[in-house]
Amino acid sequence: MKASPYAFITPFFLVFGAFGLVPLLYTGWYSLHSVQLSSLDKQTWVGLENYKNLWSSDFFWNALKNTFTIGLISTVPQLLLALGIAHLLNYKLRGSTLWRVVMLTPYATSVAAATLVFTLLYSWDGGMINWLLHFVGVDPINWRESDWGGQFAVSSIVIWRWTGYNALIYLAAMQAIPADLYESTALDGANRWQQFRHVTIPMLRPTILFTVVVSTIGATQLFGEPLLFGGSKGGSEHQYQTLGLYMYDQGWIIGNLGKASAIAWSMFLILLIVAAVNMLVNRRLRKSQ
Amino acid sequence: MRTSTRGSRRMMTLAVVATLTTGLLAGCADDSGDSTPNNGGGNGGGGGGKTALTIGTFGVFGYKQAGLYDEYMKLHPDVSITENVTTKTDVYWPKTITRLQAGSGVDDIQAIEIGNVAEAVQTQADKFVDLGKEVDKSQWLDWKNAQATTKDGKQIGLGTDIGPMAICYRKDLFKEAGLETDRTKLAAEWKGDWSKFVDVGKNYMKKAPSGTKFVDSASSVYNAALGGASERYYDKDGNPIWDKSKGVKAAWNSAMEVATSDMSAKLKQFEKPWDQALANAKFATVACPAWMIGYIQEKSGEAGKGNWDVAAAPTAANWGGAFIGVPTAGKHQKEAIALAKWLTAPEQQAKVFAKQASFPSAPAAYATLKPQAATVEYFSNAPIAEIYAASAKTIPVQYFGVKDQPIGTAIADVGILQVEQKGKTPEQGWDAAKNEIKDVLGQ
Repeated sequence: MKASPYAFITPFFLVFGAFGLVPLLYTGWYSLHSVQLSSLDKQTWVGLENYKNLWSSDFFWNALKNTFTIGLISTVPQLLLALGIAHLLNYKLRGSTLWRVVMLTPYATSVAAATLVFTLLYSWDGGMINWLLHFVGVDPINWRESDWGGQFAVSSIVIWRWTGYNALIYLAAMQAIPADLYESTALDGANRWQQFRHVTIPMLRPTILFTVVVSTIGATQLFGEPLLFGGSKGGSEHQYQTLGLYMYDQGWIIGNLGKASAIAWSMFLILLIVAAVNMLVNRRLRKSQ
Repeated sequence: MRTSTRGSRRMMTLAVVATLTTGLLAGCADDSGDSTPNNGGGNGGGGGGKTALTIGTFGVFGYKQAGLYDEYMKLHPDVSITENVTTKTDVYWPKTITRLQAGSGVDDIQAIEIGNVAEAVQTQADKFVDLGKEVDKSQWLDWKNAQATTKDGKQIGLGTDIGPMAICYRKDLFKEAGLETDRTKLAAEWKGDWSKFVDVGKNYMKKAPSGTKFVDSASSVYNAALGGASERYYDKDGNPIWDKSKGVKAAWNSAMEVATSDMSAKLKQFEKPWDQALANAKFATVACPAWMIGYIQEKSGEAGKGNWDVAAAPTAANWGGAFIGVPTAGKHQKEAIALAKWLTAPEQQAKVFAKQASFPSAPAAYATLKPQAATVEYFSNAPIAEIYAASAKTIPVQYFGVKDQPIGTAIADVGILQVEQKGKTPEQGWDAAKNEIKDVLGQ
């Protein structure tokens, strides 16, 4: 009897061990060596040299900063929007299933397809966004090369793809809120906005925390959108080169596998720190409740 | 009774787990064998005793398009050929280089792009068959052979196509701008130096038809100019000399003249907006390696017909091209060598040119080159084959290095782009490129 639960979960751990843990540890081993993609067998031990190199590299800090700012300008509006949309979808609507399916379609499109379309929308010469802007008298913006424009454009792709997904998660949580809570606040004279603020939001808190964590992890790993939007350098001044992109550029384009492994492990450590901070905040919040 | 049910249930569970696990692992094993789907058939005799050869390529090699595989299979009924195409080189090469080192998953023939050939020669030579012993080397241009040959004389690949340079220009726009439109006179005007080409651009911009520019981008001028330099990023011993190289400096200066003036359409090649600009005649010239001809014809479309012309480039230059090699890890080396020899023979190279305009690296093919009639007509009856053949024969020997490709990217996509699109000064652009290259070289 006791063995069976463990037996049930072993396949996961076996597969995770083979395709998750072993590569993870091996990457760590690589990160302490100087290894080129073209000569994998020639590994020279360099200790923490790769990490020191990153510590003093402007490109690394720039990528870290970009990951953070793009994460911020993509996650915050995304979750706020999702919350608003979920609230609207929570009303009695005609064809509610249709709306929900529509919300989920951006999530179902591939990153490549979505980014390709957005790249066209944002193109400098003849892109739709610059065309719309010229009606309000704004000069064409070179989205791909401008500093904030590039980050904004990349974030907008993320927002477009993930808002609906988060909205549905919020919606599911909202529908689990007992209706009598709303009724009693209505009796107390609360309007819809007050209901939203004082009933919906507090009841959603665990869900919101969950989406924040998931979005943060997603933001840290952001890769496909900036790569397809402007190549592995992320713009000529690395304006939107994220950590993931920097790792790819070092490992697969430049072929410096040792350094790329060090970046991978740095990302892993950063995620651990983020998780720890999240746990502390979580505990603090629970205490204050 | 109870215990026995429990026991059997446990057995059941373990059985399920075991099946799931082996199933998953088997699934993975299947995946890794994907690239050589015919090996099983070939070995097991399931394919009727046929030797199943695979060839790994990137982009469009044109062998299939020119019907060469079918032709070879007809000549050798005991051989079947499958081509595994990876569209993008920057995906193809990392994949190939890891498989070469693992010694498994490689195709019987692997294509090597010119930007990667130095890396292959210097780091993977022992993973390839020495093809120099198998062929008459004099079939190929000397510099083409030299690029795929190690210091101790082992040749790891046979030349397929090359990218001799010319200038493609819009006659109609030149005429409107009041410039010379005759291809021989134009070629004479800029002969010898890319900065003379830039001077023509300055004249063009004085009376440029509205909404048009002289060139598509500063980096295309850079690449074209560098393609004719005898000194690039590395010296012939493989030491990086990019910061002192005369060729790099001259090409950079020409590109800077373009980037700091208003003669560039500031586009990135092969992207959608560039395609659209080709279709709408937004720029008057483009540096035109032989493989660009087909591209222009396709993207510029019916409206460009008869408006395009081809003139000799300021200097004989090469941009692009490839090799095919036979990995030692392949299962059918003898058959693969025979196929590689046949595919790169002058007659076959001429057939690929006729279909795909990939320019042969074997001069024996030049006398009989026949571009498609529609292409000749499209480019105002320009003697395309002669112009490119003349360029091909005078291209200097160039030395490539291990990190040639990322260095080129750093200069074009960081340095030049910052000046062209972000209004930085050429000094700032060069500094940025320099930092980038130091990062590439791990300095």
